[in-house]
Order: sequence, then structure tokens, then C-alpha cells
Amino acid sequence: MAVVKVCGIETEYGISVSGADIDPITASSLLVSAYSDASWSRIPFDLSKERPFSDARGVNLDDLRDPEIDYRSLNTVLVNGARYYVDHAHPEYSSPECTSVLQAVAFDLAGDEILRESVLKANHRLPDDVSISVYKNNSDGKGNSYGCHENYLVDRNTPFSYLASCITTHFVTRQVFCGAGKVGNETTHGDFDLFGFQLSQRADFFEEEIGLETTIHRPIVNTRDEPHCDSEKYRRLHVIVGDANISQFATFLKLGTTALILSMIEHGAFPDALFIAHPVSAIKQISRDPTLSTQVLMHDGRRLSALEIQESLIYSVRSFINEYECTALPADEIALIIESWEATINTLRHSPEKLYDRIDWIAKQRLIQAFALRHQLTNGDHRLKAIDLQYHALDTRRSIANRAGLMELVSAEAIRNAVTHPPHDTRAYFRGRVLQKWPNTVVSANWDSMVFDLPNRPLVRIEMNEPLRGTRRLTETLIDTSNTVEELLAQLASNSCSTDSLGL
Amino acid sequence: MSGQLRKSTQPKVHEHTEEIESEPVVQSELSADLESVLDAIDNVLEENAEEFVRSYVQKGGQ
Repeated sequence: MAVVKVCGIETEYGISVSGADIDPITASSLLVSAYSDASWSRIPFDLSKERPFSDARGVNLDDLRDPEIDYRSLNTVLVNGARYYVDHAHPEYSSPECTSVLQAVAFDLAGDEILRESVLKANHRLPDDVSISVYKNNSDGKGNSYGCHENYLVDRNTPFSYLASCITTHFVTRQVFCGAGKVGNETTHGDFDLFGFQLSQRADFFEEEIGLETTIHRPIVNTRDEPHCDSEKYRRLHVIVGDANISQFATFLKLGTTALILSMIEHGAFPDALFIAHPVSAIKQISRDPTLSTQVLMHDGRRLSALEIQESLIYSVRSFINEYECTALPADEIALIIESWEATINTLRHSPEKLYDRIDWIAKQRLIQAFALRHQLTNGDHRLKAIDLQYHALDTRRSIANRAGLMELVSAEAIRNAVTHPPHDTRAYFRGRVLQKWPNTVVSANWDSMVFDLPNRPLVRIEMNEPLRGTRRLTETLIDTSNTVEELLAQLASNSCSTDSLGL
Repeated sequence: MSGQLRKSTQPKVHEHTEEIESEPVVQSELSADLESVLDAIDNVLEENAEEFVRSYVQKGGQ
């Protein structure tokens, strides 16, 4: 089955407070509540359908252990269809479902805007000498990591073990273009140093090939089986192995290449011989060699570099696209992804320094090396680690990435629009529009349902099991012509239309 | 949505077999550009870098 690669990104931001001893959960709560001033964003996210311990390999740990969700934390749904909340002592933004990678980039950047506005509003409420800062990175350099997760809709009929084996090859090697760069090395046991430079923020933290965990013993392939939609048809591949990118190009290529390879896997067209023998050691080995020359052992005994593996993946995806009619993403976007991917890998092979305007680790490394040269700094100097951290500062006055000359793919106008308007082509449209129009009637919302409180009636839950319904095309008129939620529900039920045929 | 995206600034890629073309600037201009970026970093980088790095401690997340 050809599944449209509905995708999105969830980001846990780093948070710090200066001038006061405020714990990160409280500080994160201040951000979410400061942003939630508008009535529409006080709508709670409905956690009753969350199943973070359901395992794609067929086990359900929900009954065996306490969910790690903090029910006291703030959870809101936004009018752009996103979720904004406090998770694991970090503010987290989960973008709405998108059907285009460029669109997903815009909604990821909208999250940064929402965090910036939250910080402004929260700091305004705090004493003058107290302020909160937020960072879009994945590590504090001391053995503590927090995630930037991607989500992709995949075909339930594709055997999960096959999908996991295949996609691991990409997850281990894609860091050559989507690594965000890091000064130093660290372990989950808290050992760390400030020496050297590596491609990835996250590689140090991966200890297993596959598994359900996300906060300890992190696996390269996460098996969380929580589709948030029709579980007979779909899976949601929950990807925890990536870095948060500041470069728009890197986010674009990370999502685009992963979506196309997943589509190739669904068609059973993944190359037979492209499996890495020891993924956990390989992901660290590749990350710690910015010369990109290190070779890793493959199952068939060959030793290949990450670039050679990426070249094989590009060749295979090209063949797949030529052979099958791939509808995973818009056709013009597929062409752009493959062109950009191939040009990037070619340039990484011959003159990687040219990519300083589109690859985070190269942009960061270039500035760190030049800064060290100017000030005669030696390897391990704190100022070099400070550049690494401040590269990711969301405050534009302090951000170093802002000054790195990174290419823009999405206009500022499109990003602003994505803060307050949902995408058109998924159920996020219905969620966002209904929330904006009837904020006082929506009791709660989740990815796949909304609950309404109507006078003299029990609570009404509307199911939205199909990510590609509830779109603008299917529901705009319905929403526009209804004055109340009662009218909306009546229209849904009238003309012998079930909610299903009306697109939910 | 896609209509709102700025098509003109999409990645500057040429034929798929080619490399990404860098901006046609001479070496001295490139250096001048980098020098001004370094000036900017000098201005915005935390004054007490050691304290900043030391105090940036996060709770582990996902």
C-alpha cells in the first residue's frame, strides 16, 4: 500500500533560568501558561488515549508500569493544530500533521516562534533580574539529553522488524548531513569532556539497536506503537535518533530522505546488502569523525564509509522512484529532495566546507575553528563549548546560528502564518479551525479526537481516525456555515452523512 | 500552504551529478565575511563562558 508520508516533528527544548532558583518544570510551565493567555490555547490535550508503552513488536507494557506522562503538567492544543506542553522538565512543541516536507519545516519553525513569544511573555511577568532562556539542541554536554522526534505515517502491512532493520542503515549514516554538531564527548553515565568535535548531538546517547525506551538505554529504532489513527491500516514511526536542526535545509533533507526511504521499504525495494553489522558502535564512530572517512563493517563483510552508504541509498531510491509511482510526497518535492540529497553527498565527499550555509555541524565547526584561530584558543577551551551551546539559543540577540549565514527555504511570512493557521491537507485543519472558532465548547482534543461540551447533553467525542481527512477541502464549508458546534454536529449527521463520509 | 513557501530560495542544486555550487566570491571577501561573523560572536558570546558552560545543566528528557 502506498502511504502518504504524513509527518511532523516534536521538539523538547533546553531551558535555563538566570537570576533565580526556579526548577525547569516550573520554568517550562511558566512558558506554556504565558503563551496560553488567549482562550483558544487553554484547551487541554486529552491524554486518555496515549499509549506510550505499546510496543510495535507486539507487547503492551501499559498494564505493567506507570506511564511516564506527568499528568500535572500543562498540555494545550494550539490553533495551528499543534500540541504545546511540558514534558520531562522541558517545554515541548509537537507540530501538526503535514503532507509536505517543506510544510513540516515551516511548522517546525512555527514552534520556535511560539517558544520565543512564550519566553517574552513569561520574562515580562518575572522580576527584571530573572529571565528564562530556551535552546533548540539535544544535550547539555554533561550526559543529559532531550529529544527532537520525527513521526512518519507508515503502512501497517510492512513487517516492523523488516522496516526497523532497513531504516537503521539510514539512521546511522544520515548524520553526515543532519547532525547538528557538538563540541566534546559524553556518556549517559555522566562522563564528559570538551575535547574534539563530532557530527551529532545525540549519537553519544544511543545504547541499543531497537527498543521501547526513550529516556534510558535509548534505541536507534524506537518501537512505540501508538499510531494516533486507524491502527488497522497504519503505524506511526516514532523516530528518536535525530538531532534538532537549526538549518532549514537540514530539517528538509532529514525529513525528505527518511520519508522516501520509508516508502521504498514499504514497497519491499530496500537493497539486500545494505545493513550495518554493529549499528550502536557505528553511529558513534561516524559521529566522532568529521573527516567522514571512517568505515563501518557491513553484514556482508564489506567496510563502507557513511558517504558510500548514503550513495547506495540514493542510487536505490532513484531506482525505486523510476520503477514505482511514488505518491509518498508531492512529486515536485520528491525531485527536489533527491537532487538536494545527491548534491549534498557529492559536496560532502569533495569540499564539505562549501556546505556551511546548509549543514549545521559544518556551519558550527567553521565558526568554532575560525574563533579558535582568532583568539589562539586550544582544544577544550570553554569558549568553544559556549559557541556550541549558543549556536542553538532561540533568542535572536544571542543566537550564533542566526549569524552563521544559513540558507532560508521558508519565508518569514509562511512561518508566521503557520503559527496561527493549521495545514490544509490533514485532520489538523479541522482541529485547528474548530478550536479557533469554538474555543469555549471544546473540552479537550487529541491527535485523533475532539471532545465537545454542549448544553444539556453528555460530552460528545468526535473521532478523527484518518489523518488525511478533516482537510480544508472536506470541511471548510461545513465549519464556515455552522454558527455553533450544535450546527456543526447536526450538519455532520444530516443528509445521511456520517462523520466518516464527511471526512473525519 | 505550499504556495506560501518561497520557491525562489530553494536549494541551489544543479544537475544531480554535480556538486553544490558555492557563491562566486574571492578568498579575501570570504574572509571579510567570516571576520564580521567573528566580530558578531565576540559581541554576543557569554562574557563568562566557563560559568555559562558549567551552569548549563538540563534534566534528561526523551
